[in-house]
Amino acid sequence: MTSKLIMKGMVGFYIFLFFFYLFGPLLVMGITAFNTPNYPQAYPFEAFTLDWFVKLWNHRAMMEGLRNSVIIGLGVVAISVPVGLAASIIMNQIYHRARGLYYLVTISPLLTPGVIIGISTVIFWKDVMSITDVTKGLFYKGIILTILGQASFVSAYCLLIFMARLTRFDRAQEEAALDLGASYPQVFWHILLPYLKPAVVSAVVIGFLSSFENYNTTTFAILADKTLVTVLAGEVRQGTTPALSALAVIIIGFSLLGAICYEVAKRREQIRADRAQRQAQIAERNEVEAIA
Amino acid sequence: MLLGIIFIALVAFWTLFLVALPYLYMVVESFHPNLPPIRRGGPDDFVTLTQYKSFFVTPNSGTVNWTHMGAFGFSIIASIAVTALNFAICYPLAYYMAQAGTPQKVRTLMLCLIVPYWVNEILRAFSLRLLLASKGLINQILMGTGITDVPIDFLGNNTGLYVGLSYAYLLVMMFPLYNAIESLDRNQIEAARDLGAPWWRIHKDVVIPYAKPGIASGCTMVFMLSAGSLAAPQFLGGPRTLWFTAIVYDFFFQNFNWPRGAAYAFILLTGCIILVMAMLRLFKVSLGETIK
Amino acid sequence: MSAGVELDHVTVRFGEFTAVDNATLDIKGGEFFSFLGPSGCGKTTILRTVSGFLDPSEGMVKIGGQNMTGIGPNKRPTALIFQNLALFPLMTVAENITYGLRVRGVDKTARTKKANELLDLIALPGQGDKLMSELSGGQKQRVAIARALAVQPKVLLLDEPLSALDLKLRQHMRSELRSIQRMVGITFIYITHDQGEALTMSDRIAVMSDGVIQQVADGKAVYDDPATSFVASFVGENNPFVGIITRADSSYAVVDTLFGTLRGRNPKGLKVGDKAILFVRPESAKLGTGAADTTFSSKVKSVAFEGNMTHVFLEGVGKKDVTITVGRHSSADIPAQDEIASVTYDVDLGLVLPEGKMARE
Repeated sequence: MTSKLIMKGMVGFYIFLFFFYLFGPLLVMGITAFNTPNYPQAYPFEAFTLDWFVKLWNHRAMMEGLRNSVIIGLGVVAISVPVGLAASIIMNQIYHRARGLYYLVTISPLLTPGVIIGISTVIFWKDVMSITDVTKGLFYKGIILTILGQASFVSAYCLLIFMARLTRFDRAQEEAALDLGASYPQVFWHILLPYLKPAVVSAVVIGFLSSFENYNTTTFAILADKTLVTVLAGEVRQGTTPALSALAVIIIGFSLLGAICYEVAKRREQIRADRAQRQAQIAERNEVEAIA
Repeated sequence: MLLGIIFIALVAFWTLFLVALPYLYMVVESFHPNLPPIRRGGPDDFVTLTQYKSFFVTPNSGTVNWTHMGAFGFSIIASIAVTALNFAICYPLAYYMAQAGTPQKVRTLMLCLIVPYWVNEILRAFSLRLLLASKGLINQILMGTGITDVPIDFLGNNTGLYVGLSYAYLLVMMFPLYNAIESLDRNQIEAARDLGAPWWRIHKDVVIPYAKPGIASGCTMVFMLSAGSLAAPQFLGGPRTLWFTAIVYDFFFQNFNWPRGAAYAFILLTGCIILVMAMLRLFKVSLGETIK
Repeated sequence: MSAGVELDHVTVRFGEFTAVDNATLDIKGGEFFSFLGPSGCGKTTILRTVSGFLDPSEGMVKIGGQNMTGIGPNKRPTALIFQNLALFPLMTVAENITYGLRVRGVDKTARTKKANELLDLIALPGQGDKLMSELSGGQKQRVAIARALAVQPKVLLLDEPLSALDLKLRQHMRSELRSIQRMVGITFIYITHDQGEALTMSDRIAVMSDGVIQQVADGKAVYDDPATSFVASFVGENNPFVGIITRADSSYAVVDTLFGTLRGRNPKGLKVGDKAILFVRPESAKLGTGAADTTFSSKVKSVAFEGNMTHVFLEGVGKKDVTITVGRHSSADIPAQDEIASVTYDVDLGLVLPEGKMARE
C-alpha cells in the first residue's frame, strides 16, 4: 500500500516537473513583460508597467511583419486545405500497391528539414518566375515564395488531418447517396464535405498557426520581405527587450482564449450528444413496450 | 468528373511544383559552379563536383575542411542526444496519459501540452535565454544562494542549445508515443503484472516492443527537426558552436554562394536519411510502420 | 409501379475468385423475392450487381426488360437498404427521407409534403426534425425504408436490414416489411442468412451456396422438396444418412446406410449404385417400429424437454447426432438415456438426394 502511495507521489512529482519545464520559462518571460528595467528581468521586480506593450504597438517593422504573416497564413491555408483534402480523397481511391509510394511522396515534406524546403523553393521558383521580366517583377516576391514553400509541408499536415477523419467514414453512406440518385459531385458536396467539416476547421486552424510561427522555411523564402517571426529573430539576435516578452504574453493570452473556446465548444457538443442519446434510449424503451 | 480533375490537378501541382521539382532543382543547382547570373548557362557553366569537394577540402587553402565536417558531425551527434533526452522525458508522461490517466485528466494534460506551443520557436528560445543568460534568473538564483560566485556560461557551454532543442520538440515526441501506447490493451499489462513481472520488465518486454513504431516515428521526427533546426542554435548556441544549418544559412545570406549552400543542404538531407534508415533497420522497424 | 428483374447468365469474379457463378433467374414484378444463404455465398454480390455497384464479369442484368449494362447505381430504378442502413447522421429525419428528391431537383415544399406522407406511412408523424442519433433502432429502420421509398423505385433491394435489431423487434419488423411491400406493390429483393425471415416473408426464395443458386422455389417447396443436399441441410433441421443406392425406381429408392437399408422418395431419379443421402427431418421421425426399410435404431445419447416438444438425440455417424422431435401429444414413451430406441418414418417423408455438399453446422 505504501509503495503504491510512493509511486503515486513520484508520478505526481514527475508531472509537476514536466510542466514546470514546459511553463517555467514562459512564466518568467511573462513577468519580465510587466517589469520596468530595460533588460528583461523577472527578479527583482522593480515596478509594474505596461510600457512594453505600447513600445510593441509602435514597433513599425513588427507590425508590418504581423501583417505579412497574416497574409501568408491565409494564402497557405487557401492552398493547403484544398490540396490536403484532394490528396486524402485520392489516397482512398488509389490501389493498394501504389498507395505506399504516394504516401511517401506526399508525406516527405514533413520529414524534410525546413531549411531545405526553403532553399529548394527559392532556387526552383526563381528560375520559373524569371522566364520573363514581367513575371519576375510580379511574382518573385518573398511573400509569394514563402506561401509556396510553407504550403509544401502544411499541405502534408492537412492531408494527415483529413486522412485521420476519413478512415472513420462509413463508405456505405456514399453508396447510399449514389443509390438514391446523387451524382458524384453531389455525394462530395452533400455527404463527404459535411462529414469532413470538423477536419476542415482543424486544418484551417493548424495550417494557419504552423504558417504563422514557421521560421526555418520562411527565413530563406522571405527574401527581402519580413514576417513577424523573422522580425522577432532579428530582434533577438540584436539583443533583448521586454517588448518581446510583451508579445509573448499577447500570444499566450490568445492561445488560452482559443483553448477555452475549444473546451466550451466541446462541452456543448457533449451535452447535445448526451441529450440525443437519452432520447434514443426513451424511444427504444417505448418501442419494446409497444411490441410486448 | 470535373471535380475529379480538379482534385488530381491540385495534388499534381503540390507533388510536382511544391515538392518534387524544387528538390530536384536544388540537387541540380548543387552540381553547378557559383557564377553571377550573367555567366550562367555560358561556357563556364558545367556540371561539377566542386561544391561537394569543398565539404571535405577547403577550396583555397587545400587543407582538410575540419570546420565543416566537424560542424556536420556535431549537429548529428547533438541531435541524437536531444532525441534520446526527449524520449526519456516524454515516455513516462506518455505512458501515464495513455494507460493510467482518467479521460478527463488526459484532456486537461493535452491542453496544457499544446497551449505553450502556440508561442513560436523564436520566443520560446528567447524565454530560455532569459533564464540561462549570465544575467539570467538561474544564475541570479545560483549566485544569490552562494552556490557559485561567478555566473555559469550556460549558453557558451551549449547547455542552452541542448535545452532549447529538447524544449522545442517535446510535443513532436509526445504525440506519437502517446498514440502508440494508447492502443495497447491494458489487459496485457495486467497479465504481465499477474505473472509477477517487475515494472521495468513490463516496459521492456510488453510496452516498448508494442509501441516501437510510435517510438520510431517520434524519434525520427525529433532527430530530423533537430538536425535541421535553425532558431535554437542561432539564439542559444555558444559563440564558438557551429551548427550545420547555420553554415548553409551563411552560404545563402553572407557569401551568396547558392550552389555550395544547396550542396551542403543536400549533404545534410542525405546524411540524416541514411542515419534514420540505418537506425530503423537496426531496431527492425519498417519505414511504412513509422510513417503511419 | 413495379418492374421485374432478370439475371441472364450472370457471373461475377474478383480476380481469381468467382463470387457468383452463372446465375440465371427471373424475378417477377411485385414479387417479394429472397436470396438465402450462409455468409460468403455470393448473395450480397448479386444484390450489388443488381443495384449497379458491381458490373457482372459475364452475362447481364435486366430491370423491367431493359439491359442495365453500363448504367450506374444512381441511374437505376432501384433503391437499396444497406445492412448498416447508412443513414446520413448529419441530416434530420426529413432531410434523410427526401435526400433522393433533393438530388432530383424537387423543390422544398413538394419535399416537405412527401416527407410528411412518408412519416405517416412509417408511423413517425411529426418527427421529421429529429436527428438520427435521437431515434431507436426500429425507428432508424423505418426511416431507411422511407428514404428508399421516397424516390419511388421499381425495385427495392434489402441487404439483411434487420440483422442489427434484437430478436423481438426483428420478428415484429418482418410483418411490417411484408405489409409495406403489399401496400406499395413494388418488387422487393431481400438478402438474408436467416431462414426464418426468408420463409415468413417471401413469395419465392433462391437458396445460394458458393456462388451457385441451388434452388428457386416458394418457401414450402424449399422446405419439403429441397433440390440439393445443401438446401436440405441448410433450410431447417435434417438428419442425413449417407450410403449407396441398392434399389431404385421412378418414385422410391433404397439406400444402404450405416443404419441399415432405408427407403425414401426418389425425385431425382437416382440409379442403383449412385452415391446418395437419405434425409429425414426430426419432426418426420417417430419413436416406434414400422416397415423394416423405414425403421432404424440407435442408442439414446440425451433427451431435452422443451415444453411443447421433446428432442431425443441418438448416436449418429461421427460427431453428428440423429435428432428426433417428439410432439407434446405424441403417445410414444420417451426413452431414457443409453436405451436403444427404434425410430420409424413415413416413407414419403424420407427424401433421397444425390450426395453433395452440406451446409456447415
